[in-house]
Amino acid sequence: MSLHTLSVLVENKPGILARVASLFSRRGFNIESLAVGTTEHPDISRMTIVVNVEELPLEQVTKQLNKLINVLKIVELEPSSSVQRELVLVKVRADAETRSQVLETVQLFRAKVVDVAPEAVTIEATGNRDKLDALIRVLEPFGIKELVQSGMVAIGRGARSITDRSLRALERSA
Amino acid sequence: MTTEQMTGAEALIRALENVGVDTVFGIPGGAILPAYDPLYDSKKLRHILVRHEQGAGHAAQGYAMVTGKVGVCMATSGPGATNLVTAISDAYMDSVPIVAITGQVATPLIGTDGFQEADISGITMPITKHNFLVTRGDEIARTIAEAFHIASTGRPGPVLVDIAKDALQATVEFSWPVPLQLPGYRPVTRPHSKQVREAARLIVQAKRPVLYVGGGVLKAKASAELKVLAELTGAPVVTTLMAKGALPDSHPLHMGMPGMHGSVGAVGALQRSDLLVAIGTRFDDRVTGQLSTFAPEAKVVHADIDPAEISKNRHADVPIVGDAREVIADLIVAVQAEHEAGNRGDYEDWWRQLRAWRETYPLGYDHPADGSLSPQYVIERIGKMVGPDAYYVAGVGQHQMWAAQFIKYERPGAFLNSGGAGTMGYAVPAAMGAKVAAPDAQVWAIDGDGCFQMTNQELATCAIEGIPIKVAVINNGNLGMVRQWQTLFYNERYSHTNLHSRRIPDFVKLAEAYGCVGLRCDRAEDVDATIAKAMEIDDAPVVIDFIVHHDAMVWPMVAAGTSNDDIKIARDMAPDWENGD
Repeated sequence: MSLHTLSVLVENKPGILARVASLFSRRGFNIESLAVGTTEHPDISRMTIVVNVEELPLEQVTKQLNKLINVLKIVELEPSSSVQRELVLVKVRADAETRSQVLETVQLFRAKVVDVAPEAVTIEATGNRDKLDALIRVLEPFGIKELVQSGMVAIGRGARSITDRSLRALERSA
Repeated sequence: MTTEQMTGAEALIRALENVGVDTVFGIPGGAILPAYDPLYDSKKLRHILVRHEQGAGHAAQGYAMVTGKVGVCMATSGPGATNLVTAISDAYMDSVPIVAITGQVATPLIGTDGFQEADISGITMPITKHNFLVTRGDEIARTIAEAFHIASTGRPGPVLVDIAKDALQATVEFSWPVPLQLPGYRPVTRPHSKQVREAARLIVQAKRPVLYVGGGVLKAKASAELKVLAELTGAPVVTTLMAKGALPDSHPLHMGMPGMHGSVGAVGALQRSDLLVAIGTRFDDRVTGQLSTFAPEAKVVHADIDPAEISKNRHADVPIVGDAREVIADLIVAVQAEHEAGNRGDYEDWWRQLRAWRETYPLGYDHPADGSLSPQYVIERIGKMVGPDAYYVAGVGQHQMWAAQFIKYERPGAFLNSGGAGTMGYAVPAAMGAKVAAPDAQVWAIDGDGCFQMTNQELATCAIEGIPIKVAVINNGNLGMVRQWQTLFYNERYSHTNLHSRRIPDFVKLAEAYGCVGLRCDRAEDVDATIAKAMEIDDAPVVIDFIVHHDAMVWPMVAAGTSNDDIKIARDMAPDWENGD
């Protein structure tokens, strides 16, 4: 199995997240992460879905997603030609004794401290999966009290936009 | 474009009239009541009041299968809507274009567990091509237009439109036509010419090609084109359960139906083929048997209007996305071009083998030794006497397979059944819908005693609405197909398959209670006379209780999960594949 990042442009309509999620569970596809948000166009939302599948089932995932009426476009983003980012917020135990070491780690990973309490600090970090995994590994010995991660979002490198053509389709139908 | 002020409910009825609906099968109830008021006045819509919403759904399917138009069913919220679920699921599996309209509780009540509230759009999400929840009256007309467009184009399928009661009651500005807003829906119907040429090249080069034809060919109304292609290439044709009649059964190139209960010739043709030309079919497990041993030497050309079907179960060497009729029409031209270039397929050796299988292993059955009635004989006689112009509608089980095997289908669309979903209870309501669509044709439901007891309440609808269908109940007193599996795979332990339906209920009395004519037959010598009597009656539905032998089995059979190579022609009897070589 391998990870694939799909950018899925959808009409911004109620129920579309349920449709996509239900499709994945019904067809037995594994979602590694899922992030949804609006785009530069208010009528289009963008889902970034990371799936853990072989090449052939991936083709099925894409084809089945394409059959959903509210799905406008699907693009697979290769790690080499796209920027892929996740965000974590992690609350780490940090008392007088360990605080400086924790802060050093924060600097090393170019993360930042967004909240401080006498017994703990909350760290925000963005990056690709590998970097965030490394950060979490280094913080673990101090004691992770709470961890929350966004799904991955990704965008292709270069000047081209994947939303342009879908926008035109949307305008035509309006 | 002028607009008119009316209620959302009036807009719904007007929109249905405008998209060409003439028949609606349904039952009113609280949330859909506003729609039934203007429906009462409609001159263009015939509403048929069914006895159970599942009946409305299957009737809409039967209507759609016969007319090729979108079938329509209507129900209220909550249980009304959930009773449609089986039929919607059936239509989804068999790609039948229907639109289901359901009332929903008023928008302020949605999500509060209001009386008769069910999240039917959520429930039907995995079994509809698409569905809508309409909460604003001014969206009703456009949604109906979109629902019919989606249901009837591309790969057909069911669409559900759930409309909140307050949307039906709202005052709206109605205008028609309404522009569709479906930017993400663009079905591809024109096949890629390069792929078609490649397919044609493979066809003339192949030594053992088979045209493996599925229900998509019927949906695309491509039977005439299929016949031309078959005769042009000289390749054998197999038609799946969903494609019966796509090529006349009597056609010399026809090798029969493949699959779990297919003919040895059809199954053998697929298994030994070196090129499958699969058109409008989806390599269902009931056709392929164990997938890893299916047609091991065959290259695959796979044409389907749904790209997701291509290479889903079996890798396609030449994928073609397109409407079956356009694909076949283009294939004809491409094969002609190959012929003109001097490339013609030579299938003589192949046909020698195919003919040997066909002659050595024809479909057949034995008459029970105890003198009781053979179910296959009954079904065969119905097919012979009623003829190819009738519609035959089967339920699910042994009788369905026998109806596929022993009735000869000479024209497309003459056989209706629940193929993918395998819905027991399909036959009576679907036959009702078919008869409404084709009032001048004979419509025969071939049903089992188990199936019949699931939906026979629609006999009341048929009797009252003047829909004189015939129902042949093949009564073996048991859930016959399940019993057959118990015989073969569960050491003859008949756990809960005996329905005792030769005793209870009395189907003749039941028919009479429903205002139908009830007949009974339990002897071979009476079969013809009984069928003839039923055929004479045209002012009431007829139910015939055929009491048949309970141990008759469907053969040939490829046991579930096993290879097609291990097909049995009778218990513990395998064909000799090399025979005739």
